[in-house]
Amino acid sequence: MVQGKIVKVSGPLVVASGMRNANMYDVVHVGKDQLVGEIIEMRGDRASIQVYEETAGIGYGDEVVSTGEPLSVELGPGLITNMYDGIQRPLQVMYEKYGTNITRGISEPSLSRTDKWKFSPKASVGDKVEPGDILGVVQETELVEQKIMVPNGVYGEVTSISEGEFTVTDVVASIKKEDGTTVEVQLMQKWPVRKARPYKAKVAPHEPLITGQRVIDAMFPIAKGGTACVPGPFGSGKTVVQHQLAKWSDVDIVVYIGCGERGNEMTDVLREFPELKDPKSGYSLMKRTVLIANTSDMPVAAREASIYTGITIAEYFRDMGYSVAVIADSSSRWAEALREMSGRLEEMPGEEGYPAYLTSRLAQFYERAGDVICNGKDGRRGTLSAVGAVSPQGGDISEPVSQATLRIVKVFWGLDSSLAYRRHFPAINWLTSYSLYKDRLSLWFEENVSRDWNSVTGEAMRLLSVENELDEIVKLVGVDALSPNERLTLEAARSIREDFLQQNAFEEGDMYTPLDKQFGLLKLILSFYTKSLDAIKKGADIEKIADLPVRERIGRAKAALDDVYKKEYSEIESQLDEELSDLVKEGGDN
Amino acid sequence: MIKEYKTIQEVSGPLMLIKKVEGVKYDELGEIELPDGSLRRCRVLEIDEDNVLVQLFESSAGINLADSKVRFLGHGVQLGVSKDMLGRVFSGMGEVIDGGPRIIPDKMLDINGTPINPAARNYPSEFIQTGVSTIDGLNTLVRGQKLPIFSGSGLPHANLAAQIARQAKVRGTNTNFAVVFAAIGITFEEADFFISDFKKTGAIDRTVMFINLASDAAIERISTPRMALTAAEYLAFEQNMHVLVILTDITNYAEALREISAARKEVPGRRGYPGYLYTDLATMYERAGRKLDCEGSITMIPILTMPEDDKTHPIPDLTGYITEGQIILSRDLYRKGILPPVDVLPSLSRLKDKGIGEGKTREDHAGTMNQLFSSYSRGKEAKELMVVLGEAALTPLDRLYAKFADEFEKQYVNQGFTENRTIEQTLDLGWSLLKILPRAEMKRIKPAILDKYWPKEN
Repeated sequence: MVQGKIVKVSGPLVVASGMRNANMYDVVHVGKDQLVGEIIEMRGDRASIQVYEETAGIGYGDEVVSTGEPLSVELGPGLITNMYDGIQRPLQVMYEKYGTNITRGISEPSLSRTDKWKFSPKASVGDKVEPGDILGVVQETELVEQKIMVPNGVYGEVTSISEGEFTVTDVVASIKKEDGTTVEVQLMQKWPVRKARPYKAKVAPHEPLITGQRVIDAMFPIAKGGTACVPGPFGSGKTVVQHQLAKWSDVDIVVYIGCGERGNEMTDVLREFPELKDPKSGYSLMKRTVLIANTSDMPVAAREASIYTGITIAEYFRDMGYSVAVIADSSSRWAEALREMSGRLEEMPGEEGYPAYLTSRLAQFYERAGDVICNGKDGRRGTLSAVGAVSPQGGDISEPVSQATLRIVKVFWGLDSSLAYRRHFPAINWLTSYSLYKDRLSLWFEENVSRDWNSVTGEAMRLLSVENELDEIVKLVGVDALSPNERLTLEAARSIREDFLQQNAFEEGDMYTPLDKQFGLLKLILSFYTKSLDAIKKGADIEKIADLPVRERIGRAKAALDDVYKKEYSEIESQLDEELSDLVKEGGDN
Repeated sequence: MIKEYKTIQEVSGPLMLIKKVEGVKYDELGEIELPDGSLRRCRVLEIDEDNVLVQLFESSAGINLADSKVRFLGHGVQLGVSKDMLGRVFSGMGEVIDGGPRIIPDKMLDINGTPINPAARNYPSEFIQTGVSTIDGLNTLVRGQKLPIFSGSGLPHANLAAQIARQAKVRGTNTNFAVVFAAIGITFEEADFFISDFKKTGAIDRTVMFINLASDAAIERISTPRMALTAAEYLAFEQNMHVLVILTDITNYAEALREISAARKEVPGRRGYPGYLYTDLATMYERAGRKLDCEGSITMIPILTMPEDDKTHPIPDLTGYITEGQIILSRDLYRKGILPPVDVLPSLSRLKDKGIGEGKTREDHAGTMNQLFSSYSRGKEAKELMVVLGEAALTPLDRLYAKFADEFEKQYVNQGFTENRTIEQTLDLGWSLLKILPRAEMKRIKPAILDKYWPKEN
């Protein structure tokens, strides 16, 4: 055990001497309150330590003790439904034991040491096993079966395995390694957060992550195992988009990281998720969710760690063969924490004071996402998708964090404050956003939703971009200068914007739209366009088409409940036919 | 025994370096005794072996390197709190300045507070009626929210804040209500406006004031809001009161922070403000809220003047990322004589959705709110187009929208600083304005609600 003495304190940064034998990134305990810190720099026998708790009351000469271990998380049954801080301390337990505010020097195990879990073995004595092989399972919640895997680096033969109720530290199996030593396997394992968990191979993502959000699924889809970012100024609805993804994504596990954001937002998730039902299974959404909360008033160094804590937990579930989504809100706060520590270390700053290694650290984080073949003999597939919010200062995405993120991620959902002012939510700008997965996923959509999926979504995008060009003309010379066909394009594009892209996150029937309903709705709007185009050719008046009563009904079509929408849409379609043929008759008479 | 040091090595701006000290802790409070016996206070910013760098809370005038003495008090900056603080006036450092007796503290509290465990927060959802239509109807305030006013120099933010403080109430309750007011580097006249307004309405007896005027030491401003919030936390979470905190002006606070950061030669972030401005502001704003197992609440209205009315300036920008919405004042509306000049479209309350609707305000609130927003936005676009192309270029529908936008500003936004509208009045006014538009345009309102409040004419 290495012991040192503090020589310098500057905010969350502490320098200790006498630390020559400590390792980089070791966890240390600082001062008499045993505050948790991590060594981030070594010079001679001096170690620079970032402290994850408030450092008030620390002084020259106070003791620093190294634990000799890197910052690690505990992985095992009990993770799901829990809310942790940035260094995986259980916030609910801390509230019950220590009161409503977080005081210093609290140390609580991440996983309860007394809760018992029913372990059902899947391997038997004598089985030859390798890392990642499944020894048995624990039904953690109704939605999650946790698989207890052979730890990393262990090859050998199962010598004992038991069934029954165990705590996370009880030994459930023993494995005799090839070198003759025996490894005892508990329900829990530890993993250092800064090291990516291993897998056999990475493959290119090929399946979409269905979010039930129309603008995302139809226009800018993300793949399972893919990466996306949501930049936007404040008030543009980043957090609502993130919450929607956490709620409705069709994944097995969601890890939601609140990094340097508002306390009430985490409380909202904590209170609201248990009441929401998973659309497929009907169980509460909380039963597949892990929350990491490092709010903006908590110590800044732990904010830096929270992102790694979250993604390591996500990787652990990916290794079981699940599809996992990591949702981080917001990566800008993480970058600011990095900047603050870098400033205290007196490093030479890069752009806007951010450290020069900002991009590489961000890339390391996003690169931990992916579609992989997991360790273990069964060759199971697991995916980890990562979505990060970015909060650019002044909403200007030319700043370093946005630019660094855009170079890494494949999907960009750009939020636009002018859309938000109009209460067009989600305020994802359809002209600037992109998804590089669109081509790769088109085959899946054609096979699983409709052969026309790509032509329909493509036509909608075309109308929207033509609208943008026509808008320029209207601004210069007025709407009268447009031909009837162009007027119709404007009307159709408006309908796509208002009746398809806008989605109310708080209204039942609208908050989640299954793919076939998305397709039906978009097709309905486009058939208004094509049929009207035909009617204009036959002499119908564009002003009257714009005022057709059926359009109000199209406007309400998105809120039709999932069980009746097909009937509703076909009724609207026939009403549309009738009204248009009346107009054609009228136009023909004149 | 407390040691005294006569080893001050350097004084530069608000910073002072002291050598050869023992046992001094980070963030500890220190006292400097000047040769004439007067006392100044300071706080430890950095410890480097036996040297400490401290930040002064008052001006450095008169400090003599040879004869001044420094003592460290073994604790951080504290505020003595008690229920007797109500109705009293304190300096920016928490000393009584109204000529009355000293407060006998019930408790000494560290002014930095501790973060609230998110698991222990209670989500704010109780509607506060402020009597201002643009807030109640469109950007609803709830108990425990932090909702700043983004203003510009010369705009009447003080009147709006005073109006809210005067009129705010939770309907159907008559509970313990208090106001904590922190003046951070504002002028005497502005502070006096608040004090006389509180006096006029009798609110002064329920108010605790911390006053740091423009003429007081800028460095004190670092502590003033924290003093105020410590008092507010005591009243809210230990005395179960509902506290409204008004902090004005945050821009002055951020400038004081910048001054210290510059003196320490730290690497600056945008516009010279320190990189940790976000974190620093968050540790103040996040002290608002509600807690489980606790009746009281802190609702916070920070006021800041945006330099050059620029919303992307770091102070409003970072504030907007932390607070739960913002009320933005508009110079255009103010010039048109519309009071309070709330710029409706960019204003926002993030917590409104949980505070409105049946049982809280009225069932039609959410739908009409969204409809008013999108109709006003379209109306404003139509008006812009009208400026370029003339009225004749608009479609008949767009002409109606333009008319709607005008009437909306004249009737809904404009109400003066004394009119107190109930939420029903606000909602009914909304309906009467929407009726300028065709009924088919009401896409944001559910058909059932529309039929009830605007029956189809047959």
